[in-house]
Amino acid sequence: MTSEETPVGTLPGTGALLDVRDLSTKFDSPRGAVRAVSNVSLSLERGQTLGIVGESGSGKSVLSRTIMGLLPRSTASVTGEIIFEGEDISGFSDDQYRQFWGTEMAMIFQDPMTALNPVMKIGKQITESLRRHMGMDRTTAHDTAVELLRSVRIPEPAKRFDVYPHQLSGGMRQRVVIAVALACGPRLLLADEPTTALDVTIQAQILDLLEDQQRERYMAMILVTHDLGVVAGRAHKIAVMYAGRIVESAPTRKLFADMKMPYTEALMSAIPRLDAPPHTKLSAIRGRPPQLVNPGPGCAFAPRCPYARDLCSEERPVLRPVEDDPDHLFACHYPVDSAESIEIKDHLRAEQMVAEAAGGGDSDGW
Amino acid sequence: MGLLRRLLQLIVTVVAVTFFSALLLQLLPGDPVEVLAPFSSEEQRDVIREDLGLDDPFVVRYAGWLGGFVTGDMGNYYTVSSKRPVSDRVADALPISLQLMIYSQLISLAFAIPVGVYAAARKGRIFDKFSNATAFAMLAIPNFALALLLQYFLGVKWQLFPTSGYTKITEDPSMHFQQMVLPCVTLAVGQFAVYMRLLRSDMIATLQQDFILLAKSKGMSSRRILFRHALRPSSLTLLTVAGLSVGTLIGGALIVEVLFQIPGMGLMLAEAIATRQMVAFQSLIAIVAILYVLVNFGVDLLYSALDPRIRHDRTR
Amino acid sequence: MTEHVDPDPEHTEAETRGVGLAPSVIGTAEAVGVAIGDTVPEDPEGKPDAKGKIGIGGWLAISWLGLIVALALLAPVLPLHDPLEQFSGLASSGPQTGHPLGTDALGRDMLSRVIWGSRASLAIGLGAITFGMLIGGFLGLVTGFFKGRVDAIVTPLMSLLLAIPQFVLALSLVTVLAASADVSDTRRILVVILGLGITTIPILGRITRANTFSWSEREFVTAAEAVGARKGRIMIRSVLPNVFPAMLSIAMLGVGLAMIAEGGLSVFGVGVQLPQPSWGNIIAEGRNQLRRAPHIVIFTSVVLFLTVLALNFLGDVISKRFDVREGQL
Ligand SMILES: Nc1ncnc2c1ncn2[C@@H]1O[C@H](COP(=O)(O)OP(=O)(O)OP(=O)(O)O)[C@@H](O)[C@H]1O
Ligand code: SF4
Ligand SMILES: [Mg+2]
Repeated sequence: MTSEETPVGTLPGTGALLDVRDLSTKFDSPRGAVRAVSNVSLSLERGQTLGIVGESGSGKSVLSRTIMGLLPRSTASVTGEIIFEGEDISGFSDDQYRQFWGTEMAMIFQDPMTALNPVMKIGKQITESLRRHMGMDRTTAHDTAVELLRSVRIPEPAKRFDVYPHQLSGGMRQRVVIAVALACGPRLLLADEPTTALDVTIQAQILDLLEDQQRERYMAMILVTHDLGVVAGRAHKIAVMYAGRIVESAPTRKLFADMKMPYTEALMSAIPRLDAPPHTKLSAIRGRPPQLVNPGPGCAFAPRCPYARDLCSEERPVLRPVEDDPDHLFACHYPVDSAESIEIKDHLRAEQMVAEAAGGGDSDGW
Repeated sequence: MGLLRRLLQLIVTVVAVTFFSALLLQLLPGDPVEVLAPFSSEEQRDVIREDLGLDDPFVVRYAGWLGGFVTGDMGNYYTVSSKRPVSDRVADALPISLQLMIYSQLISLAFAIPVGVYAAARKGRIFDKFSNATAFAMLAIPNFALALLLQYFLGVKWQLFPTSGYTKITEDPSMHFQQMVLPCVTLAVGQFAVYMRLLRSDMIATLQQDFILLAKSKGMSSRRILFRHALRPSSLTLLTVAGLSVGTLIGGALIVEVLFQIPGMGLMLAEAIATRQMVAFQSLIAIVAILYVLVNFGVDLLYSALDPRIRHDRTR
Repeated sequence: MTEHVDPDPEHTEAETRGVGLAPSVIGTAEAVGVAIGDTVPEDPEGKPDAKGKIGIGGWLAISWLGLIVALALLAPVLPLHDPLEQFSGLASSGPQTGHPLGTDALGRDMLSRVIWGSRASLAIGLGAITFGMLIGGFLGLVTGFFKGRVDAIVTPLMSLLLAIPQFVLALSLVTVLAASADVSDTRRILVVILGLGITTIPILGRITRANTFSWSEREFVTAAEAVGARKGRIMIRSVLPNVFPAMLSIAMLGVGLAMIAEGGLSVFGVGVQLPQPSWGNIIAEGRNQLRRAPHIVIFTSVVLFLTVLALNFLGDVISKRFDVREGQL
């Protein structure tokens, strides 16, 4: 992802907004170091959207919290660089981050039911940061907050100002969370599975809202999800994560046109269909996600990968560009379009047909 | 669910509690009059018998007693020659006991809140470990022993505070507070330990919530996050437990009053026991028990007034 | 024999779900890094070392309690003075040869009184909790296991006992039940045990009920029911052993509280009656000698404090070790 090399220290307003280089996050735990994020590099232009996709436990939240500087300092150790607006913020203290939080970077969370303070009026939760960062007086902050509520399409915003979170529906609460995050005009918004906890019908509304706001404010966004379908039409670039690493990344269209990683392929077939009940977690991939303490030498996906061969569990594939396309990176010994994989795929398909013919009807394959 | 159900519950509890205290006289082994006034003449015995309705069935007697009780007739002290109403002294004693308990409650909260919040914020660090261990040890200190140790060290040995007695605040405020220090500290130590530990663990859970992370990610200061965002939901838990622990506080206050010679309900109870004034004893127990029921009722109401989640449910 | 005592309910749950995407991972991820000010988040998967190990503190507590119990049991055969013997001319004197803890107001040997006093205090502490465990435990087990009507009737009644502050309840029961002047010492101790024991019923009842409730919903219990095992048998064989740690950890605290409460009763003059010693009445009586002989109160208080501390500590170890959730008290 470092193809658009940006000379550090260019004028603000030009070059990448965010440039993450070789970022790793480890946690101390009683069972040993948990390598939640390993050697991640990515970059994001102003006003653009980067989708980060991976199943539960792949390190998406840890990655976004590392970028935000929100991890507990006592157990998390971070290495690598996080260059934001030309400045490496990875070594910032909490006090330095506090100047960034809200104004430069903001975050929204997965579950709107728990993301708002239950005993504080929602208006207050917005004005709080307006008053702190923008030095607004009470009335200006109030009016600005009402405007914000209006802009996230909450009906009767002036009335809703004095309401407590539990008086709103999940979708409405997520709008409030968005309003809170947008209040001080951040340049980068990290949305960690903003729609996972919501009904399907509301999901699209929230995603549209985010997209509109983003365009209006010329704000960059990292959209984290476990659902490739969510980022498909919305992100400019997509990075697929597995076991704390980026295993494939490409501009969205290229990724869908020419995916290389068996894991991406598996995610693809796991996109929830509209008729699926809401809240279904990604469950189409057989087997457990890998453990992050003392990972083995090979490809982390090998135990679950249909195309895995001996080499896979011996040597970890490096992240490398597709031959004629430096924007498209992947880490796999036998990408889905390789001869070896096609052979296996044909084999599997044949087996399945035999099974179906035998009346099994077990179509729950890959 | 609302006020009505709560009120009903309150009434049932009060009836049960007073019924229990009325039962006490019934439980006395042998002839109650023998216990009440062992050296009285036959005439006096008849008066007492009449007064207490000892010849009536228990339920009738309870009804009569309850009727008197709610109109402020709490029975009499019986001496060999005369009788004196209990209610006379209760009017003086009850406020003193309340004062003692309120002071201790305030002292314990004044320490428990900052220490609990700070310990939670620095979970696992030295301050947290130290305060948690101290509070744990405090829970094992018997209140009567602590009272005597404070009396000895701070009162007798170093002469910092008076060791006993009570002065009205209107009479001599300085003396009043000086005399209150040791009894209130005695009571506050245990309460502090309970509140601090509870607040600490509740705050630790609250600090793990997403909304704390949201507050942090919008750039709020640690102070504001701790005291405005985290303490408020946790303080509701604290409130509930404060209500329950008033039971311990009441028990402790009774004991402490005896040890510090503070003329509250505890001292009255001790006297009633020592002089076998069982009628007075019954009424005093009933008052203390009702006090506890009322406090918890109040805490319940306060809780629903303070927690917006409940407050709005009710108006719905 | 006990069937399927599983001290780690979390574990079985994750295991039995057996879904590809480990649900426990979600839990961890959700608890990640949300604490402010460098708080260390709890790791729900791994058992941190500190949890439930007996440790130095635990061994100290066990040794202390062992010592106290041994001394109490051996009191009659130990080379001690008679706790009632009055050494004339030695009233209220501090530690000295022959009387390592000094003497009390009447010149009685303090060491001997403290050791003999432990018998009454321990008897009361253990007796009251045993009583509470038997009755409260039984009620809690039955209501938690059978739920339904039994629960609807018994539980509110049990809670009603909580409507009176515990000490007040004990004080009134003991005062009344031991009212006549000629109650024997043993009888009085029994009354104190009864009075204090009754106050522990609702607490032990609730804790047992809450734990029984959650254990009786578990697979191995429902499985046993499906196979047709008798209900009472399941309750005793499968549920009780799992609920017991929770009861025990509360009981530990209860023993200490009862010993303290006996002292409170002594302040009102209705605890164990002098001259027979208990830790409570030694301290309560010692208040009259506070100026002349503070050692009476100080020594005995320290012993009582350490004993209660040790009990609380072990109760804590048990509840951590078996992951007891205290529930709502
Ligand atoms: N503080 C921590 N201590 C130990 N391990 C941690 C900690 N935080 C996260 N982890 C581990 O890091 C891994 C990645 O977690 P993360 O929350 O980033 O996953 P995710 O991709 O966001 O999944 P989800 O879709 O469930 O949100 C998990 O295995 C988790 O157990
Ligand atoms: S490297 Fe091997 S195991 Fe890993 S994804 Fe590629 S084919 Fe599968
Ligand atoms: Mg996540």
